Amino acid sequence: MLKVENISVNYGAINALKDVSCHIEEGEIVALIGANGAGKTTILNTISSLVQAASGRIVFNGCDITKMPPHDVVKMGISQVPEGRRVFPEMSVMENLELGAYARSDREGVREDMTSVFKRFPRLEERKKQYAKTLSGGEQQMLAMGRALMARPKLMLMDEPSMGLAPILVEEIFNIITEINQTGTTILLVEQNAHMALSIAHRAYVLETGEIVLHGDADELAANPEVRKAYLGE
Amino acid sequence: MFLQQLINGITLGAVYGLIALGYTMVYGIILLINFAHGEIFMAGAFVGLMMVTVFKMNIFLALILAMAFCMVLGVVVERVAYRPLRNSSRLSALISAIGVSIFLSTLALLIFGANAQGYPAQTFPVSQIHIGPAEISTLQLLILGLSAVLMIGLELIVHKTKIGKAMRATSQDYQTAALMGINVNRVISFTFGLGSSLAAAGGVLVGLYFNAVSWNMGLMAGLKAFAAAVLGGIGSIPGAMLGGLFLGIFEIMGVAAGLSSYRDAIAFAILVLVLLIKPTGLMGRKIQKKV
Repeated sequence: MLKVENISVNYGAINALKDVSCHIEEGEIVALIGANGAGKTTILNTISSLVQAASGRIVFNGCDITKMPPHDVVKMGISQVPEGRRVFPEMSVMENLELGAYARSDREGVREDMTSVFKRFPRLEERKKQYAKTLSGGEQQMLAMGRALMARPKLMLMDEPSMGLAPILVEEIFNIITEINQTGTTILLVEQNAHMALSIAHRAYVLETGEIVLHGDADELAANPEVRKAYLGE
Repeated sequence: MFLQQLINGITLGAVYGLIALGYTMVYGIILLINFAHGEIFMAGAFVGLMMVTVFKMNIFLALILAMAFCMVLGVVVERVAYRPLRNSSRLSALISAIGVSIFLSTLALLIFGANAQGYPAQTFPVSQIHIGPAEISTLQLLILGLSAVLMIGLELIVHKTKIGKAMRATSQDYQTAALMGINVNRVISFTFGLGSSLAAAGGVLVGLYFNAVSWNMGLMAGLKAFAAAVLGGIGSIPGAMLGGLFLGIFEIMGVAAGLSSYRDAIAFAILVLVLLIKPTGLMGRKIQKKV
């Protein structure tokens, strides 16, 4: 579904990504794990075209999206739940969700999706008229996820959905991610919480200072002594 | 004659508000003080005047054409002078804005000469209407009415339309806005076009009100409207309207109190005070640093 081929990204003189390749097949949850500053977010932002690659290419369903502007990447069916949620603070929950469907013109389908987002996140419906900035961290995470779902994406990029949340909420968020995946959305998940990420992912890549150092089935990686030592705190 | 001065102040303030909206909308979206905005206002005033004097048009048609012309001019200025500098330092874009400002006013000087020009008599029939001890002219009513219509129209665009929602999203977080599928460049163009057409309406109204259109009229009006935008809280649309009204009232009251030789200083004294005491202005939100 998505092929990232030999991508390099530079921020000024710093090589944020060096010759990174990975692929995601339809229906999978693929996790990207690694320490802070390893380049996980940069990979997502390069796929979303917020960051331009210095070399390499990104192919989505057979279409080269490397140089596509970010709003067209969304139209191709890739939406992102950004790090730190990034909900629009001075807009209502409802407006945030409507913005998620900005690129769509099928009103009927948008209304259906709104209903199903509210069904999945009843808290959002209770607060649909409230400004997003008044929501708690967990609710904002749900809003960011609901907003991304409103684009009816084929592929969802999720950046640190567990960041700053209480453990019980983390559990809930990961259950929801699994559910979203089971209803047919492919997911690329970036997480520092490697334990949780590997527990729901099918496959995973391990990133270290801009390079992919390991990849394989999530179970295998979770059993790998190196991974256990470096990322699972053993 | 407090009531009379209040009427005069609100009239002037409504025009400052129209111009201030352009500053505040552009700042809200790309954090740029568009110092060429005063010259867009001047260009609007000239286009309106030419439509009336050269093409013998009705003033309302002239107004609409001036707004349309400046809408295009605003979009072109952004495209040519600001967009190539989008990823440079904010100072570069500011310097470019000052360059555009000098270019446009000098161009107007070349084309129209140094003397102020007025509208022919009876362009807009003016009569006085008495309200108690005060009076209001039909021209003042036109200015107030039209400003109100334009401001309400703008509020509707910003809050009720899809592009308005995109504008607000872009001003709150332009990167995430792009992730929603919003074409941020198109939103920026739209914002420039909208702000510029409001300035053009202001230009035509000011030209009528003072019966003078000149190549350098954009400088003082632009700076005062900028002060109004800061007073209201730069980035805030209702703030710009409110700031404009306050500034117009202060200015006229100052003149009425015998400070007429300090007329232009009043706006800048207010600007300095706001920046010292409450830099976010009357309705401004906390300044967030954008990445």
